[in-house]
Amino acid sequence: MLGRIQVPALVKKGEPFEVRVLVQHPMETGFRRDMNGKAIPMNVVDKLKVSLAGREVFSAEMGSGMSANPYLQFYAVANEAGEIVVEWSDDKGDTGRATAKVIVA
Amino acid sequence: MIEALLLAAAVVGGVEYQSADVKKLQADEFANPGMLWVAQGERLWNQAAASGPACASCHGDAAKSMKGVAAAYPKFDAALGRVVDLEGRIDACVRVNQKRAALVAESPERLGLSAFVAYQSRGMPITVKIDGPAKPTFDRGAALHQQRIGQMNLACTHCHDTHAGKTLLNETVSQGQPDGWPAYRLEWQSLASLQRRLRACFYGVRAEQPPFDSDDLIALELFLAHRAKGLPLSVPGVRR
Repeated sequence: MLGRIQVPALVKKGEPFEVRVLVQHPMETGFRRDMNGKAIPMNVVDKLKVSLAGREVFSAEMGSGMSANPYLQFYAVANEAGEIVVEWSDDKGDTGRATAKVIVA
Repeated sequence: MIEALLLAAAVVGGVEYQSADVKKLQADEFANPGMLWVAQGERLWNQAAASGPACASCHGDAAKSMKGVAAAYPKFDAALGRVVDLEGRIDACVRVNQKRAALVAESPERLGLSAFVAYQSRGMPITVKIDGPAKPTFDRGAALHQQRIGQMNLACTHCHDTHAGKTLLNETVSQGQPDGWPAYRLEWQSLASLQRRLRACFYGVRAEQPPFDSDDLIALELFLAHRAKGLPLSVPGVRR
């Protein structure tokens, strides 16, 4: 599964900066049926966690109300440089991961 | 007559008929969901096939070798002996050079590769050849554009030439320009090819949908590309 995470090129120490996450996922609601009338099982990204330099800064539990290819945006604060990592898993048990470098000025 | 109509009305890209939110989403290189398919296409571009070379082994750096290529499609292909769109050309390369099975229409692979290749021509004006061997296909497309079809008894021209900019239910009718395709359509929650979009139009006027890669769809694509002459390519587009 493909995903992306974006932070500003340079962040100021102790000041909030914007983090953006985009995950490629169909987010099947479980309410749809295929061409033959068979129910398509629910499969959404149910857990998503973002950590900065090993410390969790954001987490989300998503349900069937989220659109496909969910986009998330939030703010975090960094006191030192490190790697920001987003990890997620879906109902099927598939997992994904994307990283970006946070450089503190 | 079509030429005269086009000269009279300025050519306006598809995204111009979208809301401010959608325009913003398309312009945002990170948030544009279509970029996920572009990234996927880039990965496939560099990945060797089990039975043949990677795209990159022959074509090298796509930023150089594929620059401007998509703006000239659909195009007459001498080896195949017919007009093909970009997806058809990629598919032929996959079958002949990578010796793999044909790419299924609307599969992530096919959409990814075509979006990635088209992305290299972003901002470049669409200019297709309609003379010589491409002439019969172009004429067929031009005729189809004028041909009334379906239970609604409408031709493309009745909405997209004479009523562009007006409202149909809660949508603004566009000129039907192909500049943003493959585009991410919010309604479908996926990237989609121009052929899928055209098939949806056939469905809209309650006509029989031509199959993917049929001569009719290719002919329409060529006609539309010529009609959009000079419009900058903006793949991946975002549409409602």
